Amino acid sequence: MRTLILATVAAAAFTAIAAGRVSQKDSAQSGPRSGYSYLAPETQRLQEDDFANPGMLWVEQGEVLWNQPAGLSGKSCATCHGDAAQSMRTAATRYPAYSLAARHVINLEQQINRCRTTRQVASALPYESQNQLALTTFISYQARGLPMNVAIAGPAAESFRRGRTFFYLRRGQLDLSCSNCHEEHPGGHLHGETISQGQVNGFPIYRQLWQAMGSTHRMFAWCNEAVRAKPYPAGSQEYVDLELYERWRGRGLPVETPAIRR
Amino acid sequence: MPNTRVRVPNTAKAGEVVEIRAMIMHPMENGFRVDSQGTAIPVHIITDFVCSYDGAEAFRVRLEPGLSANPTFSFFIRATQSGPVDFLWQDQDGTITKASASIEVT
Amino acid sequence: MSSRQLTRRVAVARLGAGCVLVALAPLCARGGETETMSVIRDTFGDVTPKTGRITLELPPLAESGNSVPLKVSIDSPMTEADHVHRVCIFANRNPRPLIATVIFTPQAGKATFSTTMRLSDTQDVIAIAEFSDGTIWTEQARVMVAVGACDTLQRRF
Repeated sequence: MRTLILATVAAAAFTAIAAGRVSQKDSAQSGPRSGYSYLAPETQRLQEDDFANPGMLWVEQGEVLWNQPAGLSGKSCATCHGDAAQSMRTAATRYPAYSLAARHVINLEQQINRCRTTRQVASALPYESQNQLALTTFISYQARGLPMNVAIAGPAAESFRRGRTFFYLRRGQLDLSCSNCHEEHPGGHLHGETISQGQVNGFPIYRQLWQAMGSTHRMFAWCNEAVRAKPYPAGSQEYVDLELYERWRGRGLPVETPAIRR
Repeated sequence: MPNTRVRVPNTAKAGEVVEIRAMIMHPMENGFRVDSQGTAIPVHIITDFVCSYDGAEAFRVRLEPGLSANPTFSFFIRATQSGPVDFLWQDQDGTITKASASIEVT
Repeated sequence: MSSRQLTRRVAVARLGAGCVLVALAPLCARGGETETMSVIRDTFGDVTPKTGRITLELPPLAESGNSVPLKVSIDSPMTEADHVHRVCIFANRNPRPLIATVIFTPQAGKATFSTTMRLSDTQDVIAIAEFSDGTIWTEQARVMVAVGACDTLQRRF
């Protein structure tokens, strides 16, 4: 028992020190800026247009799936969670989060799959599948306008630390870390494209390049491949940890799902 | 059944020209994308979009791969009679998707 | 690249509405542009369109070639006797120059529509409209594209 208390105090102290050290670096910039602010005016208008924003097609499809019975249980998400506008209002602001059942930090996609496999007795949704994107977009959309606010202390501290290490570690043939572009050169240009801060408050996003919705893990894989590093699999703990760090890094930015990005 | 969104004003005065918007979820594969194995994904597009109203065709588009994915159109119709505004999308393989919304003309 | 072509385009614009667009031929001298001319000839026959009556609204610089907003407004009363029959939109350096064909009826009320299109590169977007009286009119606008649609779709992720 005493060991546990000591360990918890040590973890809390370490996190506080770590957070303090990192927040000095972050505040050297002008604070977190959403990818929205790096878009051309036409694209910003498209994101604001709830009719023409293609991401809304996925929100609507997600709503259909929310109410559809799934698996052997015959239950839909709505059976347990009722009206998503109420029950899912803050979900996207809190994930990735530590799961007591899984005993590690999981993201929204993994939480949905846990519900599907254990409660609904349905198959897990594969990453980047139409149905998974529709559900995560619909659920994240319920939190639109609310600031991202993930917990990084206590049981999530280990995952947060790993995610932060990932963000600052150079990788790939081009030997670049996330921070090299997104913390040191936001607003700069790379082949005619403006580098953003790489925040994740808009995810899942409708990316113009993909002409489809994409999750954070797809984005991380794309970025890793861009520096000629081998991407981690979607759903890997590495990417979940990175996602947790990213959500903390952009804390306070409002959820913009479904956002449009280049 | 692909997801569609349409916007038709609820009411309009007779003779008024109103804006109609219609969108469908579709990748509009243009044949230039490659899969993870490097093989080009074949062309797969919606080829026709038709808006019918008051018993006749009002507006039609013949789509090509050069249009964006999830094609969206904004156009106008002259409100003449209360009734449905019908939308139809046809895929290159012949699949038809329909949607409809009503307009009340006073 | 741009200044010589822009000068030509400004010269064409200065010819004013209703002028015969003979200048269209030398502008379409290279690659995709020659193909565009032949596609236009196949669609409309060997006619020389007049410039005017069409307004093209396009961003001068498109940050993503995958989704370029286009608005076409054509000056016409859209009556049974006098209306626009069809409009063809071309992008003269796309691998497939024809982007869409829009068919209007008098029930449309206004010969105006908007959509989004894919552009592979900085190029001209050309609209050619055929009216109920058989006359053909045209207008074009140049769009600079930062990231083209066709080559960026090669990636795996």
